Amino acid sequence: MSLRALSRPTATSLRMWRASGPPMGLLLPALAVAALAALPLVYLVVRALGVDASALGLVLRPRTLEIVLASAALGVGVAIGSIALGLPLAWLTARTDLPGRRLWTILTVVPLAVPSYVMAFAFVAALGPRGAASELLVSIGLPALPSIYGFGGAVLVITLATYPYVLLGTRAALMRFDPAIEEAGRALGDRPMRVFRRLTLPLLVPAIAAGALLAVLYALADFGAVAIMQFDSFARAIYIQYRSSFDRSLAALLALLLVAITFVVAWLEWRVRRRAATITQAPRRPPPPVRLGRWRWPALAFCSVVVMLGLVVPAGTVLFWLARGLGQGEPLRILPDAAGGSLVAGSLAALVAVLMALPVALIAVRHTGRLQAWIERILYSAFAMPGIVVALAVVVFILNVVPFLYQSLAVLIVAYAVRFLPQAIGPLRTSLTQVSPRVVEAARTLGDSPAGAFRGVTLPLLRPGLMAGLALVFLTTVKELPVTLLLSPIGFDTLATAIWGAAREGFYARAAAPAAMLMLLAGVSVGLLFRSERTPA
Amino acid sequence: MRPSLWRFSILTSIALAGAVALTACGTAAPTGTSPIGSPTPGQQTPGATVGGTITVYSGRSEELVGPLLERFRDETGVTVQVRYGDTAELAVLLTEEGAASHADVYFAQDGGALGAVAQAGLLANLPASILERVPAAFRSPAGEWVGISGRARVVAYDTSDLGAADLPQSIDELTDEQWRGRIGWAPTNGSFQAFVTALRLMRGDDGARAWLQAMLANEPVRYDGNSQIVQAIADGEIDLGLVNHYYALRQIAEQGEGFPVRNHFLAADDPGSLINIAGAGMLASSDNPAAAQRLIEWLLGEGAQAYFAQSTFEYPLVEGVNGPPQVPPLAELQHPDIDLSDLSDLEGTLDLLREVGVLE
Repeated sequence: MSLRALSRPTATSLRMWRASGPPMGLLLPALAVAALAALPLVYLVVRALGVDASALGLVLRPRTLEIVLASAALGVGVAIGSIALGLPLAWLTARTDLPGRRLWTILTVVPLAVPSYVMAFAFVAALGPRGAASELLVSIGLPALPSIYGFGGAVLVITLATYPYVLLGTRAALMRFDPAIEEAGRALGDRPMRVFRRLTLPLLVPAIAAGALLAVLYALADFGAVAIMQFDSFARAIYIQYRSSFDRSLAALLALLLVAITFVVAWLEWRVRRRAATITQAPRRPPPPVRLGRWRWPALAFCSVVVMLGLVVPAGTVLFWLARGLGQGEPLRILPDAAGGSLVAGSLAALVAVLMALPVALIAVRHTGRLQAWIERILYSAFAMPGIVVALAVVVFILNVVPFLYQSLAVLIVAYAVRFLPQAIGPLRTSLTQVSPRVVEAARTLGDSPAGAFRGVTLPLLRPGLMAGLALVFLTTVKELPVTLLLSPIGFDTLATAIWGAAREGFYARAAAPAAMLMLLAGVSVGLLFRSERTPA
Repeated sequence: MRPSLWRFSILTSIALAGAVALTACGTAAPTGTSPIGSPTPGQQTPGATVGGTITVYSGRSEELVGPLLERFRDETGVTVQVRYGDTAELAVLLTEEGAASHADVYFAQDGGALGAVAQAGLLANLPASILERVPAAFRSPAGEWVGISGRARVVAYDTSDLGAADLPQSIDELTDEQWRGRIGWAPTNGSFQAFVTALRLMRGDDGARAWLQAMLANEPVRYDGNSQIVQAIADGEIDLGLVNHYYALRQIAEQGEGFPVRNHFLAADDPGSLINIAGAGMLASSDNPAAAQRLIEWLLGEGAQAYFAQSTFEYPLVEGVNGPPQVPPLAELQHPDIDLSDLSDLEGTLDLLREVGVLE
């Protein structure tokens, strides 16, 4: 049983499709989106040109190579970690009869909305040298935990903040997985594990790679969690440059180096994706759930451990801060304005990002080529840049082109969308590869209008990818900080700005209420988003 | 296929434009921000009735100054719009915005950031009547910004492990063998860097380098910021920390008297007992300079100064207003005699910190 045999007719049809090249009607919107996403890159180049020669020495030190390598190691660690958590969770919640699948989905996705510095604070409090866990171990005569600070802690915390990328993307792919492929494998006598390894897994590779890419880029751009975990990464060096010396040129030069690394990572992912098998076969029916039998118990234990680390530790820490503050007479502050701001920002950004992502994803899947690959890479570069770079680029662009829109909600939303576009593109692309062009053609032959075919055939098949894209952009927007701080309309508060405003002054009790509200908001929104989803009965 | 894709892309564009238009409409209503037209500095004559709207870029947290700015709005009728952010990021933002900035007042966490914005030529001179409310040591000699509140550098210590007699009297004792691995510091923090600049001014670059090297050899633990150091002392990770005085006070207020961290003030004239300021300046591009000046003046009034002592545990800078009860009065702190504007050589400090290997 070989994949090639299964996919041959489809591949031929795809080649014919691709040979025509992208139509202008798709290419122009995609190029417009790419032009927007290229703003930060242009800004960086302009600023970096202003760097004086003496500062160059600072960039070309052996120390720079050290932090670049440290960042690379962090990226590899997070990629492995996020796949190790995200892939099993995706399979369990999408394809099996695991009890409470929908609840597990929601609980395991929420950590994406927890700001990574809150996650880091929580882990220092829980697993730090004198954290709750070590104290407990010591009190019963066991040795304390190894230090949470440094590489291991940074990988752990960022993995927990990013595995939902792999989870949601892979899950979307599994939801539209054609059961006939696996059945064929089993009919030919393969054991279930072999079917998964030989047939299911290779077809999931593009989705897994897309999710892992987002996780790695997030790790490269993060500065909050690594700072608290006392790990020197490259993004942290860039932030220190902005924050401690007001030097825009040198910071820009460092950020350009980061962009170069991004291109390498995105190229690696592109190669993996290009070599991977794809089957563009519209499933005739939803796949039947895999019965776990007694494997149910280890599966439940695995989900519990992930939820314990990703959700219970931060939520528990936050509630502990809240209770301690209330005990000392701090008022309980409910922030309806900030919650409303987060909701508005998150949902609008999610909608705009998905709309902007559609033309790019369509040409990426249907019309692969060099130009398209570069459009994608440019989009990814904005995601891996420190947020402040994106914010400053938008500031300069808007002030020079449409100054009357400066610091308006519209610009803020577009800036979010630019920053988080790749999160919408990944899952959309994965879902699109599962939509056979032949099905669309069949609908057209049967008399559907192009829009009708899109609505009637493509959209329903695209649904899991759309949902995953919306969820990812929403959850990351509600925790976004640097762009919000510099570009939001004055007086526009979000829960993330409220948490940061309090936590940075050491008012943990006051940061706790908005942090708890953020997790609640994330859980409810993801719940609503996935409510209508059909999971195997 | 082409006509269908054209139609799809047109639909997408319409939807996009609709979403953008919708969000643009949504902006004006809730916030009441209207785009500011061409700034017309100098049109208002000083002393005219103050009113209208001003925009403050505040590097100080809403938790600290939000209630205060609301009080100013209530008392004067000036509408205050505040953009809260990180002090240094707002300084970079102001430099990128240049004359197009919507900001009228920049309220910064430290003098270094104010100095950087002033150096970019973006701050207007303040009148002597405002400047002279605070001692000369706490304002810009050129008159571009003025200190509003002060914070002392202290050594925070773990009360469960250390008594008053065990504590060092000078930063030089911190390099003793007995403190190996027991001290926390935050080299990326602005207040710490100001302290190193003060050290350079007092002892020269060689003296400062010697101290930093001796400290490094004593294996201090690096943290991201002051509040993390204080938390780490409370957790027992370390015993001493080089921090600002108010972090421990805030944790005591939040967690009760049992919080096991207290402040220790170093001996007179020690570089480790520097006073840093938070301050404000008026943007030269302000379109309402009268109201902007009124705010800065009001922040130096007795009511606002007393607020800092009581609510944020900072030192008021105007004479005659009492400081927080938990710390010795400002007048008693024989802080090193340093002109704060001399602390603006941050670049030199960063170079030194990198050279020694404290910063990467």
